[in-house]
Amino acid sequence: MKTYAYFPGCSLEKMAYSYHQSAIETTRALGVELKELEDWNCCGATAYFHVDELLAFTLCARNIAMAEKEQLDLVAPCSGCYKNAYFAREALLHDPDLAEHINEALAEDNLQFAGTSKIHHLIEIFAFDIGPDAIKAKVTNPLKGLRVAPYYGCQILRPRKGKEDVERPRFFEDIVAATGATPVEYLLRLRCCGGALIITNRMAALSMVRNLLECAVRARADLIVTACPLCQVNLECYQKQVNREFGTELNVPVIYFTQLLGLALGIPPKRLGIGSELVAVMPAIEQALRTEPAPAAT
Amino acid sequence: MSAVTSAQPPKEVDAGVSFVEEINHLLYAAKGNPINTCIQCGTCSATCPVASAGYMDNSPRRLIAMIRAGFKEQVLKANTFWYCASCYQCTVRCPRGIDIAELMYGLKRYTVWRSEYQEGLIGPSFSETFVKMIVRTGRSYEPVLATSYLFTYGLPEIIQEAQTATALMLKGRLPLLPARIKRLDNFRRMIRKIIPLGEPE
Repeated sequence: MKTYAYFPGCSLEKMAYSYHQSAIETTRALGVELKELEDWNCCGATAYFHVDELLAFTLCARNIAMAEKEQLDLVAPCSGCYKNAYFAREALLHDPDLAEHINEALAEDNLQFAGTSKIHHLIEIFAFDIGPDAIKAKVTNPLKGLRVAPYYGCQILRPRKGKEDVERPRFFEDIVAATGATPVEYLLRLRCCGGALIITNRMAALSMVRNLLECAVRARADLIVTACPLCQVNLECYQKQVNREFGTELNVPVIYFTQLLGLALGIPPKRLGIGSELVAVMPAIEQALRTEPAPAAT
Repeated sequence: MSAVTSAQPPKEVDAGVSFVEEINHLLYAAKGNPINTCIQCGTCSATCPVASAGYMDNSPRRLIAMIRAGFKEQVLKANTFWYCASCYQCTVRCPRGIDIAELMYGLKRYTVWRSEYQEGLIGPSFSETFVKMIVRTGRSYEPVLATSYLFTYGLPEIIQEAQTATALMLKGRLPLLPARIKRLDNFRRMIRKIIPLGEPE
């Protein structure tokens, strides 16, 4: 069983607890263990980098150093945490003076950064380490007939990290297809959800959310799946506000890709945290779950 | 939109360092090219979801032109970088390899250090509240953050926010108590090695 150091990030403690639950359930079902860092801290989000880059790198380095102590690669389910950890590691690896300075601070917590642990987003574990074929082999409830819009968002892909196709990625569609659902093709799958602008420039963010949702709905998506807690909150929890501000009637469920996977793997919706959404999910998935009942346990 | 046309001619900078040089220094650590290499093609503005929706007073392309022309005051008072959502679409598409999103981060820090940002923006106070919170507890806690922006909202927005918060609360998705890390003393000593901190209240 492959083991990763798991850095859930602040959102997954409460706001996106269902992402945490479904991440644990689905990795376990697919033979991967997520071992939570014992005393992780906030990655700094975007706000910290607005004020002091050195301190923001230090925050990230502390989490990375804890993973190194365990001799495990670090996995983050949040795109912001992932991007920050990834580029903090790059910066420290390429600037020995910076690393020395930060290591002096980390010594206060008996930690050292050496750069031995790599950084992954959770979706990369499913897309590349496990792979769609191995997922497909474990699917007991193919989600036939369900039209699912995979939403990549920004920071998994951007800035470039040297491996991904930033303009035409397919790995998210492949994961959706592995569940038996139909991946929906729509134009704005890589477009920003507004991120933290939902707080600092509400109307700009709401208009971005509106464009995205309308684009997915026009492509006849039953459901949108995300790989980031901030994307999920913006696209789902602010739908009512979008409807209020723009006179739209949007009502499309938005769940985490791990929840979709879990359903296909036959994990009960409740154990995947389904039911904590503001836009009800069950009406969209009921038919898919009914048409293909789970094979009797043997 | 008339920031440039109504502007005074750029002033000389005391230290003998031009504004564009200052900005290039801010970007020194970024891997991209200096902004002098910009060809004003406008790919950044066209690809920016905020600029193209009309929410920025100066588009990224225009902001770069203003920096190069030395319009320092107007640049620092622009809302462009505070309305950047860090989606990095400009950075990956810039044909000259300029890390434009990182430029936006650099300008945010520059204006926070100098307290010279446009009045009425939520971004700067939100960021500072966030930093203070992390230094205190090591973790993020949404209800504290709300205090940094709710006062700028009108009544209809506050009601909508309250409805969203209530719905989230009923679903068990809002934390009632702030989380903190375990080794907080070590954490604070670590931070003091990086920046001088006032003693915690």
